Amino acid sequence: MDLNAKIPDGPIEQKWENAKFNYKLVNPANKRKYKVIVVGSGLAGGAAAATLAELGYQVSCFCFQDSPRRAHSIAAQGGINAAKNYQNDGDSVHRLFYDTVKGGDFRAREANVHRLAEVSVNIIDQCAAMGVPFAREYGGTLANRSFGGAQVSRTFYARGQTGQQLLLGAYAGLNRQIAAGKVKMFTRTEMLDIVLEDGKAVGIVVRDLVTGKIESHAAHAVVMATGGYGNVFYLSTNAKGCNVTATYRAYKKGAGFGNPCFTQIHPTCIPVSGDYQSKLTLMSESLRNDGRVWVPKNKADIAKRPDTIPDEDRDYYLERKYPSYGNLSPRDIASRAAKEQCDDGRGVGPGGRGVYLDFRDAIKRDGEDKVREKYGNLFDMYERITGENPYKVPMRIYPAVHYTMGGLWVDYNLQSTIPGLFVLGEANFSDHGANRLGASALMQGLADGYFVIPYTIGNYLANVNAAKLASTSNPAFKDAEADVKAGIDKLLAIKGKRTVDSFHKELGLIMWEYCGMARTKEGLAKAVGLIRELRAAFWQDLQVLGGADTFNQSLEKAGRLADLLEFAELMCKDASEREESCGGHFRVEYQQEGEALRNDDKFCHAAVWEYKGPDAEPVRHIEPLTFENVHLATRSYK
Amino acid sequence: MSDMNLTVHVWRQKDAKSPGKMVPYKVTGVSEHASFLEMLDILNEQLQAKGEEPVAFDHDCREGICGMCSLMINGRPHGGQKATTTCQLHMRKFKDGEEIFVEPWRAGAFPVLRDLSVDRTSFEKIQQAGGFVSTNVGSAPDANSVPIPKEDADRAMDAAACIGCGACVAACPNGSAMLFVGAKLAHLHSLPQGQAERGHRTQAMVNAMDAAGFGNCSNHYECEAACPKEISRDVISLMNKDYVKASFTHRERSGKGDGGA
Repeated sequence: MDLNAKIPDGPIEQKWENAKFNYKLVNPANKRKYKVIVVGSGLAGGAAAATLAELGYQVSCFCFQDSPRRAHSIAAQGGINAAKNYQNDGDSVHRLFYDTVKGGDFRAREANVHRLAEVSVNIIDQCAAMGVPFAREYGGTLANRSFGGAQVSRTFYARGQTGQQLLLGAYAGLNRQIAAGKVKMFTRTEMLDIVLEDGKAVGIVVRDLVTGKIESHAAHAVVMATGGYGNVFYLSTNAKGCNVTATYRAYKKGAGFGNPCFTQIHPTCIPVSGDYQSKLTLMSESLRNDGRVWVPKNKADIAKRPDTIPDEDRDYYLERKYPSYGNLSPRDIASRAAKEQCDDGRGVGPGGRGVYLDFRDAIKRDGEDKVREKYGNLFDMYERITGENPYKVPMRIYPAVHYTMGGLWVDYNLQSTIPGLFVLGEANFSDHGANRLGASALMQGLADGYFVIPYTIGNYLANVNAAKLASTSNPAFKDAEADVKAGIDKLLAIKGKRTVDSFHKELGLIMWEYCGMARTKEGLAKAVGLIRELRAAFWQDLQVLGGADTFNQSLEKAGRLADLLEFAELMCKDASEREESCGGHFRVEYQQEGEALRNDDKFCHAAVWEYKGPDAEPVRHIEPLTFENVHLATRSYK
Repeated sequence: MSDMNLTVHVWRQKDAKSPGKMVPYKVTGVSEHASFLEMLDILNEQLQAKGEEPVAFDHDCREGICGMCSLMINGRPHGGQKATTTCQLHMRKFKDGEEIFVEPWRAGAFPVLRDLSVDRTSFEKIQQAGGFVSTNVGSAPDANSVPIPKEDADRAMDAAACIGCGACVAACPNGSAMLFVGAKLAHLHSLPQGQAERGHRTQAMVNAMDAAGFGNCSNHYECEAACPKEISRDVISLMNKDYVKASFTHRERSGKGDGGA
């Protein structure tokens, strides 16, 4: 597997400039001769589809929802980082770069992260010009707030709906190109396979989710922006439809999968309330600007009403353990700290799996109105879900699966190990290392879609003959269609007794127990065994009612779960092989005074997995990482 | 707190062409902390255990922001709780033994696909007609070079909060989409960036709305009451004002599907 990252020459500040200058260009009149497929319509996919169409390419864009505006980017609450230094508080491109490399616990590629920090400033300009209603100061300038892992205020926001507003901006740009005839949009259409000819990506096979029709689409290049795989845990903050199918099927066709075990557990989510639960809801990290996290010092107090517990009996453990970052410690650290308190028997709420996020002091200091203005929608959401009023009683929160840093391996140009297959946003592995900082997912999605892929894809297409578009009647397409149909028939033919959801919940419990916040060699080995047993049971006893040629939501879910059941094993293998703790990957065996203990001698690399067939073990390759600008150091937020 | 047992009457319809009907189902063991959609999940598990096909319904984020979930619950869009989508409606708002009626959005412009799922492509057509600012990527000035008074930005954000669910249409006796269209216009027209195309945008979106078969507003304000994001009916007044103004000052641009370039 060729893992040449194609990092451009020159000092870090000049790499992107050099790359852009050295890329081959496709002249404006020739762009319209190239077809590009974009799978996914969230921040990365929607922005890419719109921008490539603006440049003149013929774009086809696919999403499984009924509108591109539903993509899960919409649910991001808190904000988007950018190195604008509008607050005059010492921010710079270099500081955002530094914070992101350090926040990722030195497991991301420096060159990619620096480019991300550079284009972050353009994103804010672009979004403002498109009418994104960012929060403003009274003088009319943009407002900022702070997020975890940073000591400057560089997060731009639109109330608690930043993802929604940024996505609606990209969606608006996409609509403009759809109306202009430059983008053909396919909604309620799911990608089920990628098609290769001569080793290059030349198209995809899709299923129309309303009619069940299987169809192929050919293009000169394929862009995948299909999000993350957090739903392998069943319960997560992801939307119900989020899945691994597109990236996993690309992996099976030869795309390397990078760091699948790097998953992010978000510290501030509403705790699980029962076994009927279908998803977990995030309470934005921005709340930690004003909310203080605590548990009772004494175990005897955990059932007491929180307002009756005096300050001296409260343990504000983040402020105690990490005084310089306090409640704004990075997500992996805050999550583990919450688990530690609960494991110690000082958790609150049902099952003792919760900690308080308390706004008492902020309300006392700024007044309830000020707090409502900043976080009103989040407080309302909390009350709707829990039936409790967070202005009166502290929120109860607990960590939940939120984001996946792992994804398809890509080089500096965002190209996977399959030539012609580009991967953007959460679907790739590139920028966040072992832990993503808050407000950086939106930044990466839009950076990839608006400002990176428009340059890098031209460099690829310039070497592709525009006159040679693959024909969907070629054997490669027909074989892929036949495989997809056979896969669907196989699911329908089982005719067992158990529903898709029952299997998915069981998988989730296995993954949360053994591949969640704390992992051990033994636990991961056990998980692999359990996953294999579950997979066997799935193929023996699955019940999918209804047919292949109809609107059949059980069938959609079954296909996605079949992939997750295989992918889960790959995650556990990756977690087992990485014998160190870094970022969101915490191996119990490797720690120092409760903090993650990296092993830079052995694991300062990205692990990239190569598929070797259904009955063969996948092969682990590595891309060594070098740190020339941010020196390897133990991450400290104390 | 013991679990609830309910009778849920659900609209079942095989596809767009087949006739549909309400079918009553017993659902047992529903926790008061479950969301309405989780109650439907439980129903679907119980149906499948009996070998019956589950009820199709649209949903995705389940945190009130994607706009995918819908449902008329006891005749009210999203169940009638203030500022709440169906996915955020919780069963503690219902009583043990209650009969609940669940139907899809009812509007000519939203044909049923299956059971409770409807086709909202008509909303897409309206947005494509003009719901954007024509600014190519790469051409933006520094974001702070265009100051926007906080009040204007807040007004834009109030309108931009629309999630495109279609509750406004389902609530309206005329099946009007004016709250939806007005929201996008009010968002963009509260900002300096939206001014250049103001007249054209208003005409194009209103015309697309009419072409998609949505009705007119006759001031019932059911849309505002049903909107889970509390979009104010003021956006409709603003749209009407802009539409009249544009009819004096603007001619429709030539060419079909002009992307507003």
